[in-house]
Amino acid sequence: MGNIIKLKIDGIVVSVVEGTSILNAAKNVNIKIPTLCYHPDLCVAGNCRVCVVEQEGARTLTASCATPVSEGMVINTNTVKVRTARKHIIELLLSEHNSECTKCYKNGNCELQSLAAEYKITNENFIDLVPLHNYTIDNFSPSIIKNNSKCIRCQRCVRTCEQLQSVSALVVAHKGEHMKISTFLEKSLFDVVCTNCGQCIIRCPVGALIEKNYIEEVWNAIYDPNKHVVVQTAPAVRVALGEDLDMRHGEIVTGKMVSALKKIGFDSVLDTDFAADLTIMEEGTELLTRLKKALVENDKTVALPMITSCSPGWIKFIEHEFPQFLSNVSTCKSPQQMFGVLTKTYYAKKRNLDPAQIVSVSIMPCTAKKFEADRPEMRSSGYKDVDYVLTTRELAVMIKQAGLDFRSLPEEKYDSFMGQSTGAAVIFGVSGGVMEAALRTAYEFITGREVPFTNLEIKPVRGMEGVKETSVKIERTLPEWRFLEGVTLNTAIAHGLANAKKVMQNVASGKANYHFIEIMACPGGCIGGGGQPIPTNAEILMKRSEAIYMEDTGMPIRKSHENPEIVQIYNEFIEKPLGQKSHELLHTNYIDRSEK
Amino acid sequence: MRSNNFKKTDVIFSDCQHTDGQKYPILESVLKKKPQDIINEIIDSGLKGRGGAGFPTGLKWKFAAAQEQAEKYVICNADEGEPGTFKDREILLKVPGKVFAGMAICGYCINAKKGYIYLRGEYKFMVPELTKFLNEFHTTIQKMGYDFSIQILMGSGAYVCGEETALMESMEGRRGEPRNKPPFPVIEGFNNKPTVINNVETFVNVAMIQRYGVAEFKKLGTHDSRGTKVFSISGDTSKPGVYELELGMKLSDFVDEYGDGDTKAVQVGGASGFCVPRKKFNETIIGFEGVPTGGSMMLFNSSRSMYNVLSNFIHFFAEESCGQCTPCRVGCQQLVQGIKAVKNGAKDEDYLKKLLKLTESMKLTAKCGLGQSVANSFSSIVTNFKEEMIY
Repeated sequence: MGNIIKLKIDGIVVSVVEGTSILNAAKNVNIKIPTLCYHPDLCVAGNCRVCVVEQEGARTLTASCATPVSEGMVINTNTVKVRTARKHIIELLLSEHNSECTKCYKNGNCELQSLAAEYKITNENFIDLVPLHNYTIDNFSPSIIKNNSKCIRCQRCVRTCEQLQSVSALVVAHKGEHMKISTFLEKSLFDVVCTNCGQCIIRCPVGALIEKNYIEEVWNAIYDPNKHVVVQTAPAVRVALGEDLDMRHGEIVTGKMVSALKKIGFDSVLDTDFAADLTIMEEGTELLTRLKKALVENDKTVALPMITSCSPGWIKFIEHEFPQFLSNVSTCKSPQQMFGVLTKTYYAKKRNLDPAQIVSVSIMPCTAKKFEADRPEMRSSGYKDVDYVLTTRELAVMIKQAGLDFRSLPEEKYDSFMGQSTGAAVIFGVSGGVMEAALRTAYEFITGREVPFTNLEIKPVRGMEGVKETSVKIERTLPEWRFLEGVTLNTAIAHGLANAKKVMQNVASGKANYHFIEIMACPGGCIGGGGQPIPTNAEILMKRSEAIYMEDTGMPIRKSHENPEIVQIYNEFIEKPLGQKSHELLHTNYIDRSEK
Repeated sequence: MRSNNFKKTDVIFSDCQHTDGQKYPILESVLKKKPQDIINEIIDSGLKGRGGAGFPTGLKWKFAAAQEQAEKYVICNADEGEPGTFKDREILLKVPGKVFAGMAICGYCINAKKGYIYLRGEYKFMVPELTKFLNEFHTTIQKMGYDFSIQILMGSGAYVCGEETALMESMEGRRGEPRNKPPFPVIEGFNNKPTVINNVETFVNVAMIQRYGVAEFKKLGTHDSRGTKVFSISGDTSKPGVYELELGMKLSDFVDEYGDGDTKAVQVGGASGFCVPRKKFNETIIGFEGVPTGGSMMLFNSSRSMYNVLSNFIHFFAEESCGQCTPCRVGCQQLVQGIKAVKNGAKDEDYLKKLLKLTESMKLTAKCGLGQSVANSFSSIVTNFKEEMIY
């Protein structure tokens, strides 16, 4: 703890820790200072200047977000100078901003709009600069639409892309009046190193970065009597959806969500969690197979550590940044894609449907899933395995459009088949969850005993630390796994691509000696996904995370291999993990994108 | 009648043997003093930064010297980009040794081993010559047993990189965007280490104060503006060029000397400075007590349209703003469009008042000196030459 600093804000004496910004000190005494470029997850930029305050003795106004408090400081947040300056800044931003609010996707969820409303900016004070700029809209990406005419140059997206994700697909280009947020050679986001993670979207204060939405397409499929529309919902959606529908952060709304989806008119409401359990079966087996090849057969071609493949943002990242490690990535498709291909094969057969009739929709906390569904490899059923991917936000829009009062909806259960799941599957939604689920199953496979953690809660893999390392010593194995006797299984978990990069650099330099790595592209894992309700911050992530673990604890079955539908699908259809059918449908390959 | 405070001087460019070629006798004597004593001398001399902002040089050094860090830096800001300024070029071409000496003295005072000259991109032509002198300098101070070296880094042509923190961002290989202050460079500068950054001419002044002593230096200039200043004189004058004059002169005396007899305005301090109209020549002092300048003096005679002059300046700012902060990026565009709209009748003359208010807000809220100083030329030209803006 640093020293305590005393200062005066609007006449109130405030004591805060040294290094606190004026902005946060003011928050402590419930004085709200408007901000735009400030975001709690990011480093301070201090470039929008809307948070200026008057500091006694200073020649100019002070940006409260960027200025640390000092002893005896006297701050006034509401003076004629401050008010005039703030109004000027908002007016300037509006003059450069394509203010077609009623036609904007972010209408009603735009920080600039709220500020303009707060300051009652009703008359045109300055000259409209929008027609003078040659603004472009980039809508080539299947995930993200970037509309420069809405951009206020706060650089939250640039800081997100660089600091949280170490991708730097979005950068600042040019200067002065021509300054804009751009990409390498001003190419489309589709053609650069963008991982489609959508972290920029959840931090964009305006409508400059939005998801490409497929709401109309999905409605049309639902209205089409000749289509059978199947929907799957990802683990992290159920703990965040409520936030867009006037409920508390991290409220568990699984039953209401199922109910809403049925009322909206989906023919079958199923659960991606089922496929998460399936992933554990396949990926767990793959890991054990790799370990056996490496340890028993001494096969030098086996790539270890094995790395998870559930997060499509991470997949595109490694394809660009570390292509030399592509053979380390599990060949398992993500749960979404496993689910998609099974919908148009197994499910179709079981329900006696023509796969051509089926429209497969997924509700994801993720924008990169839209890109993933579009990948040419994801057509093993002979059709596009997942037709449309909607984010949590898009589903909330559909629920509102359907006229449903979400809060008063009854709790309903998923349909079957492919609707049953376990606690191991739901924790896929949070960083460390895949690791925990895999360990619950793999440990039991190897030893015949449950993982040695109280109530199956593998605490060391939980929490919001950027990189988590754990070792599990394997003892008293079953006879067929004797080669693992005494082996210490080293694992690492990273979330947020900047952390992923650190882990991969350690692997590349030989500093780290892992067997298994879980990586999620988004900070916090899927609960912090780019398709989740806005805003997202550390506090909200914590609440969503708690909800996920609560959901796990409440499940009757908490280990993937005990999911009866999983047992059944292997008996009826897939036969065995890593078998021929499994290879055809559930596994995939990756592309070296480093040259592109 | 010319007042007696108009004096041509010859301090900066003369007496070069003390910092020339292979000998740096100034340094030999300076290195025998205690750093603290030298800093006190600089403080006592009243020397203020010659880049334009006029921060007391000795104080800056004192702050940096007080930082207990192993690594510190000295930077010479040679990104001379202010429109109408070309004196640093002349100094670096004619007396580079004095600049190096000043930097070395600074390094000695604040305990920095490394100095950098951030050289304007367009001055690339001087690099071979400067490097030659630098090599000699390095050999000489090595013989003295003093550990200090200077490296030249090139700018790439952005005006904003003359702003000290943008300059450091540029030096570190990033986009030249000003940083938030605090922390100030003396605490966290280049590579986040304590850094003293001074203008080329400031370092020369330091060397000369050490050469002639504080008392001699204090004889020059006025109480608030000690010493001499190297001016870059351009525009409607028969004698364009670089001149060294004592600070504290009256603008009317200056115009008598350099004007063409028809001077209607002088832009003091370049595009970011103030425009002084003829009627105020007599009451305007050039110095920190009056109108300060980094050296640029542009004279305009009655054939010039002040609308065009202003339009030119704000176009320049709209282009050269780094673009990160709202008031500067958008404000400059609004000024450009605004005066155009008034001129062509799309907005009435009251709109100028709105723009003047806007520049007040820019001055109060822009992140760095660039955006803050746009108001200077804008308000001084618009208020003094309002008719030219409208008709």
